[in-house]
Amino acid sequence: MSDFVLEADAVTKSFGALSVARDISFRLEKGARHGLIGPNGAGKTTFINLLTGVLTPDRGVVRLGGADVTRLTPEQRCRRGLARTFQINQLFPSLSALENVLLALTERDGRAWRFLRPLGQHADLIDEAMSLLAGLGLESIAARSVQELAYGQQRLVEIAIALASRPRVLLLDEPAAGVPGAESRLILDAIEALDPDIAVLVIEHDMDFIFRIARRISVLVAGAILVEGTPEEIAADPAVREVYLGETTHAH
Amino acid sequence: MADATRARERATAHVVTAHRWRWVEAAPWLVATGAFFLLPDYMTLGTQIVITVMFALSLDLILGFAGIITLGHAAYFGVGAYACGMLSAHLGWTEPVSALFAATLVAAFVGWLSGLVLMRYHGLTLLMLTLSVAILLQQLANTYSDFTGGFDGLTGIYFDPVFGVFEYDLWSHTHYWYALAWLAVVFVVARRIVYSPFGRSLVGIRENALRMHAVGAPVFRRQVAVYTVSAGIAGLSGALFAQANTFVTLDVLGFTRSGIIMIILILGGTGRLYGAFVGAIVYMVLEDELSKLTPEFWEFGVGLALVLVVLFARNGILGLLDRARSLLAERGR
Amino acid sequence: MLVSIVFDGVAYAMILFIISVGLSVTMGMMGFVNLAHGVFAMAGGYFTVSAMVAVGMPFLLALPGAAVLVGVASLVLERLLYAPLYNARELDQVLLSIGIVLMAAAAFTFAYGPGPVSIDVPDYLSGQIDAGFRTFPTYRVFLIAVGAVLAVALWYGVERTTIGARIRAAVDNRRMAESVGIDVDSLFRFTFALGSGVAALGGGLAVEVLGVSPGFAIQYLVLFLIVVSVGGLGTIKGTLVAALVLGVIDNAGKYLWPEGGAFIIYAVTIAILLYRPHGLFGRSHG
Repeated sequence: MSDFVLEADAVTKSFGALSVARDISFRLEKGARHGLIGPNGAGKTTFINLLTGVLTPDRGVVRLGGADVTRLTPEQRCRRGLARTFQINQLFPSLSALENVLLALTERDGRAWRFLRPLGQHADLIDEAMSLLAGLGLESIAARSVQELAYGQQRLVEIAIALASRPRVLLLDEPAAGVPGAESRLILDAIEALDPDIAVLVIEHDMDFIFRIARRISVLVAGAILVEGTPEEIAADPAVREVYLGETTHAH
Repeated sequence: MADATRARERATAHVVTAHRWRWVEAAPWLVATGAFFLLPDYMTLGTQIVITVMFALSLDLILGFAGIITLGHAAYFGVGAYACGMLSAHLGWTEPVSALFAATLVAAFVGWLSGLVLMRYHGLTLLMLTLSVAILLQQLANTYSDFTGGFDGLTGIYFDPVFGVFEYDLWSHTHYWYALAWLAVVFVVARRIVYSPFGRSLVGIRENALRMHAVGAPVFRRQVAVYTVSAGIAGLSGALFAQANTFVTLDVLGFTRSGIIMIILILGGTGRLYGAFVGAIVYMVLEDELSKLTPEFWEFGVGLALVLVVLFARNGILGLLDRARSLLAERGR
Repeated sequence: MLVSIVFDGVAYAMILFIISVGLSVTMGMMGFVNLAHGVFAMAGGYFTVSAMVAVGMPFLLALPGAAVLVGVASLVLERLLYAPLYNARELDQVLLSIGIVLMAAAAFTFAYGPGPVSIDVPDYLSGQIDAGFRTFPTYRVFLIAVGAVLAVALWYGVERTTIGARIRAAVDNRRMAESVGIDVDSLFRFTFALGSGVAALGGGLAVEVLGVSPGFAIQYLVLFLIVVSVGGLGTIKGTLVAALVLGVIDNAGKYLWPEGGAFIIYAVTIAILLYRPHGLFGRSHG
């Protein structure tokens, strides 16, 4: 049994001649706060899709809690403790925030096959869902349908749904993308308040945001990991500056 | 503290009380009972309406709740009708209740088997496959006329009195109550399913299948499950149809029947259970009255109603009532 | 006998092709599930009859006349009913087009009566052509010729002209086409009118072979959809191949096994769609 809850080992994927993931090796330990950055088109979302099982790698292995999950579907991986949010909101638009979270809870709990007792009588699940929403400051809008919510609140519901799976590993795909400054503060707070045992991988464009959260950062360029290190190391790395920040190393 | 508890109660009420019976839900059953005493001569039509409500209800489970589109739901209605009819005509199985159960199981089995294949497809491909499966069954029934009666229809269907007591009469009074009792049973079951965690997960699949995958839901198996239940209920309504008419023709499997049941459900309103009642009553009563006068105007009217519903009233008649009610509530404030 | 089964099948297939091809391209471009396409063919049939009977127009003039009339008229329908639903759910599109079919059936019953209409095809198209080893019905030879000419003309138009290149781009990826400055909306209107007009031509040709009555659009709705989805959306070649395969198989089945042959075409359709969900020549979008 390894100490790493999520591992990618030499994962490679291409679409025809286009290579979107090249030999990516990557590890998350229990309680990790890891950032993934890279320029547009570097393959960040592709990498998330490979980790979650939306895509299957051509070569390489993905391990979850030490077990090989390379051939498992997204739903099987979710049941083994891998949850994600989406870059573009994937909610249940006409349902309330509470119902959104309850759907994820009943799946995690294995109660979603029960077809006789009404959901409204599963008081323990409703309590748990409300606590989850309260933890993200969403208690007061629990009854509103999510399509009516402000964009920032919808992003928080995304996170609430992912947390409802009670994951060991949480992948956040640009959680603050498109969220106005004041509201992105809420999302930052929510991530900082997460259970310290959950391993978190955050993709984000906003450098301030990622430097606030991440204890380690990987830089993905053209489908391959360019460098990995602490935020300080990444900030000081000339190669990163050149490729990612678009600065030249000569500009001292 | 009490405030916080009350706030939480308010926030969760829409889930906690969703499944509770409301007084207004007695309306369809009061209407059905009232119709019997006020219009005893119309019970043949009444029986057909009750059967159609059940068929539309089966479609609502997959179309309205799980978001599965189909152009071939008559396949399961027809399988139920032929199974029930053939049990009596060929095997002499004349006990009605057990024959109904048997036909339901056959239709559910066919639903499960076809669902295992069909639920792997989406969109236009799924539409074309459901359509083709239903017509294929219809053509097979035509080909194997030794068993099905083919084009001339299946005759020689006879059933004993219900529970050996209730004889059938010329005015379909027994059939009416018999079908209504079955509808009540099916409705309670469907209502239970819809408000259960399973039923809610179907709504989740309708709203966003991608997200359901990501929260660990076995989407495919769940779709097959509800498809099977829906096929069983459609088969039950088909079997009641065979028992009430003691005659089954190829059109029980036809595209027209699949289309009309969809029109009925859409007119009434999808994903709300009662759309099946409203749609079936409105459609069949109007059809009975208008198509006798001028069939062209009736056909044109149905087409026009459909276009108007799609363009202006996506949630059907019940959706319009909802809107009117909330408008009135706002005025009243 | 084999020759005549195949020959009749091909003639039948040509009508399927001519009517369905416009549907394939418009569905491929806008992703609109249109069950009402047969209405244009039906209207073409009726207008051809009217032009000949009421105005005394010769057959070969009535056919294109009806096609132009239907093509222009279809634009009204497109703006009024189809356009609001381009981004709607498939279910809404299905329902809208079923509504249109029902209204059209009722309207044509009202105008022309419930029975089928017929025409007298000119003498030079009736009778038989002697090909030396056997004779062929002239009208079916004419059908195959028209189908072949149309197929070549459409293929040339789509593959070799600028406007064709734009249509291909729009079918391939609508958003991409828009971003490079193609006016997809007016391109679509043009294609829609052309497809409806060609379908009307097919309807005019079908009067003599299939018969045209108010039930035509409903009766053949399934067949046109099958041809389009088996061929693959947005491909002329696919529609032609699917029409030929299904037309010949259907004809042969009904001929060789009269009491059972009707289900073969549905079995073939299911088999093809299970194996290739986007049709023989279609590609998955997205």
